[in-house]
Amino acid sequence: MNEMTPTSAERAEKLQGMGCKRKRVEDIRFVQGKGNYVDDITLPGMLYGDFTRSPHAHARVKTIDTTKAAAVPGVVAVITAETLKTVNLAWMPTLAGDVQMVLADGKVVFQNQEVAFVIAEDRYTAADAAELVEVEYEALPCNVDPLKAMAANAPVIREDVKDKKEGAHGPRKHYNHVFNWQAGDKVAADAAFEKADVTIKEMIVYPRVHPCPLETCQCVASFDKIRGELTLWGTFQAPHVIRTVGSLISKIPEHKIHVIAPDIGGGFGNKVGAYPGYICAIVASIVTGRPVKWVEDRIENLSTTAFARDFYMETEIAATKDGKVTGLRCYTVADHGAFDACANATKWPAGLFSIISGSYDIPAAHVSVDGVYTNKAPGGVAYRCSFRVTEAAYAIERAMDIMAQKLKMDPVEFRMKNLIRREQFPYTSTFGWVYDSGDYHTALNKAVETVGYKKLRVEQKKQQEAFKRGETRELMGIGVAFFTEIVGAGPSRNCDILGIAMFDSAEIRIHPTGSGICRLGTKSQGQGHETTYAQIIATELGLPADNIMVEEGNTDTAPYGLGTYGSRSTPVSGAATAMACRKIKAKAQMIAAYMLEVHDDDLEWDVDRFRVKGNPERFKTMTELAWAAYHEVPPGMEPGLEAINYYDPPNFTFPFGAYICVVDVDVDTGSTKVRRFYALDDCGTRINPMIIEGQIHGGLTEAFGIAMGQEIHYDEDGNVTTASLMDYFLPTAVETPKWEVDFTTTPSPHHPIGAKGVGESPNVGGVPCFSNAVNDAFGFLGSTNIPMPHDNWRTWTAAENLGLHK
Amino acid sequence: MAKSQVSMTVNGKKVEELVEPRTLLIHFLREQLHLTGPHIGCDTSHCGACTVDLDGKSVKSCTVFTVQANGADIRTIEGMAAADGTLHVLQEAFREMHGLQCGFCTPGMITRAYRLLQENKNPTEEEIRLGISGNLCRCTGYQNIVKAIQYAAAKISGVPFQEAAE
Repeated sequence: MNEMTPTSAERAEKLQGMGCKRKRVEDIRFVQGKGNYVDDITLPGMLYGDFTRSPHAHARVKTIDTTKAAAVPGVVAVITAETLKTVNLAWMPTLAGDVQMVLADGKVVFQNQEVAFVIAEDRYTAADAAELVEVEYEALPCNVDPLKAMAANAPVIREDVKDKKEGAHGPRKHYNHVFNWQAGDKVAADAAFEKADVTIKEMIVYPRVHPCPLETCQCVASFDKIRGELTLWGTFQAPHVIRTVGSLISKIPEHKIHVIAPDIGGGFGNKVGAYPGYICAIVASIVTGRPVKWVEDRIENLSTTAFARDFYMETEIAATKDGKVTGLRCYTVADHGAFDACANATKWPAGLFSIISGSYDIPAAHVSVDGVYTNKAPGGVAYRCSFRVTEAAYAIERAMDIMAQKLKMDPVEFRMKNLIRREQFPYTSTFGWVYDSGDYHTALNKAVETVGYKKLRVEQKKQQEAFKRGETRELMGIGVAFFTEIVGAGPSRNCDILGIAMFDSAEIRIHPTGSGICRLGTKSQGQGHETTYAQIIATELGLPADNIMVEEGNTDTAPYGLGTYGSRSTPVSGAATAMACRKIKAKAQMIAAYMLEVHDDDLEWDVDRFRVKGNPERFKTMTELAWAAYHEVPPGMEPGLEAINYYDPPNFTFPFGAYICVVDVDVDTGSTKVRRFYALDDCGTRINPMIIEGQIHGGLTEAFGIAMGQEIHYDEDGNVTTASLMDYFLPTAVETPKWEVDFTTTPSPHHPIGAKGVGESPNVGGVPCFSNAVNDAFGFLGSTNIPMPHDNWRTWTAAENLGLHK
Repeated sequence: MAKSQVSMTVNGKKVEELVEPRTLLIHFLREQLHLTGPHIGCDTSHCGACTVDLDGKSVKSCTVFTVQANGADIRTIEGMAAADGTLHVLQEAFREMHGLQCGFCTPGMITRAYRLLQENKNPTEEEIRLGISGNLCRCTGYQNIVKAIQYAAAKISGVPFQEAAE
């Protein structure tokens, strides 16, 4: 061997594989303004569509007169439900088994609902003409309160299903009832409560919020009448699902639909579903024979596409007097708006909400969720969380604090006593989930040590004394949250969308010169997939990450996949990538054995090459083997070096984390300053620590927004009062705290590279941590649960209710 | 609608165009000049994705009529790199410090940061945070954007960049 041959470690470093803070490939175009987002697409002859929307939350549509709108110069067509009926598209199926009006058919059921679609030569003309569509409404009583939805005299929201006794998820008990879903053992849970020394019961509300990515939902539809082919560019987190759903409802054969998701400006769950805008753009292109672009404005985005949460969770915990949790019950009313357009795995109408036992060894539990219709926008998407996991984490983490308070125990001590112990993994929860791996006590201990938790409690005690003496008007709050997520949907035995198992895929093709392309069924919206998948391949195949191109979002070239949401890209497509690499590697090993004239088993892998065991000077690098694959394969072997893997995960993955937050609350103004926020995350094997930290910063900032100020609010007449960035809180750099991030590493035992997924953890853990901190500030005064969001007004009101302003 | 003639300098090039008087500058830049770097994120001048530099000031081009920019000197993200393709130090800094994720706010953010550093060569963290508070980012949590601007400021001033301890 040449003296100058680099060592294994040096060669490994050059590959920029897993564990390396590789700079992002995507950034080179993004920092120059050369990303390619949907609204950047311009096609010859392209038209623009815009909606006429309902000012009413609930009204009968008596007449729609499009004459004036159609007469505006530059208007090409105006589409209403009547037009759509001619192609049987006035209604569309939702991912949750319900149906949804594409354009108002007979009545409107939420404010800003789509009523007519105007198509014009330019976007200004389309907007002008949309204002001129004349609609005569007859207002109806409306209801926006989910807790009143099943009252005897509640307005009938969905006349189309009012007499149906069965919904997509079983029996319905009221005309505004969508489903009831239960999990756990009610008898055992009830028995635990009967025997309990101490119980708590609290209505914990996670308000309606919106993912609000900076780029709204948009598409360009182009139908080629001669070929009978539709090309649809759009902001799609799940392009293949859009293609299949598009084919099922439009009856265009699936092979004649080309769905392309170019660069996406953030998704966070907002871009999973299928919206009326997409259907209208497609129909408009078919009708006009020209490409049609539809771009949501921000008000349309916040008020019509994909809200999240809106869960009213009556949560109970039973415990022994020395602080061992013995039971958990939660009865939830879930507001789905006017149509159940929830983006969940189809069999799970309340998603994975039964992760509500959280990180704790709870012997008996039961949950029951009733979904209801209200006169609010449809949806129920997973905003930066696996389906309904953040709701569950908020309920359990809030409830654990409330119980600790009642037991007069420190919230950390109480959690330590109930956390699942390391030796219990793999741990089967009372709801039947098999938690793959965890080391919870180590994580929480590290968090507590790092922030100096005990000292903080001493300081808080002093501050409380000073407050009582009237020496300060500030209260200090310390928030603790320990969360476990369930991500990586998912195993085909649990998860499907409209019957399609939730596997994902990777296809890798290695070129003769040792570079290659990897195509996947997922779709990055900022997560940096082009960078990180290449790192997995670099480590698995010993080829430099820089030589691997990663391509997503084109349904013609990518293998079928279910898309990116629910932290599923790394757990599912990351696994598919590793498995496809291993097929390639196995073939390369046979080629190497043939070239080196040894048996396959006489070779061993060394970073980027196969070498002969005991004779390391005899080797073939992957680059050499790539070349050989195209001209000197063993007799009988097919040439080429490529593989595809469809990965059906054997289980979910269960990332976890320990978060601690310190806040200072001014009781006279209600303003809350975040003094510190420490986040320890364990996402298993870490592929790119730089990107992981970035994901955590971003997720924590979204959690901060949700906990401290976000709410999609409706007044009692059904007017959405928070539909622009004037009223809907997005944190700026000024309010956003500085984040301290940390980690432990507990690989997933069932994942090929041990990775668990991370993008959503900080949102799931962050929200309860902030909320617990604000609540903790007031806890010593007897308050148990101040509702989110903790904006100045609500916090001031909490102080007022506690008599602190007298 | 009758069109108005406008002339201005965009990224160092003279342009003369006809526009409807109501055409917003962002639509003019994106659709008439095909400069699709600046983006539209909110329509209400809150998000700053459309930020461009106009006569030495950061403006939100969704809230400026093109005719108001008649005679102006405009710089967009497309005008940041050198003619030979060398990235502007801020562009390099955003990549080095992982100051972007989806990339949608990035052109406006970098354009704003460029003006900020023209106004204040050595801003404190607080000044940076205030200085970019008209530009929203939904992905990064700002921490690495702040770091990127500090990195660029240091590099412009020729001093070594030191990351603040977390």
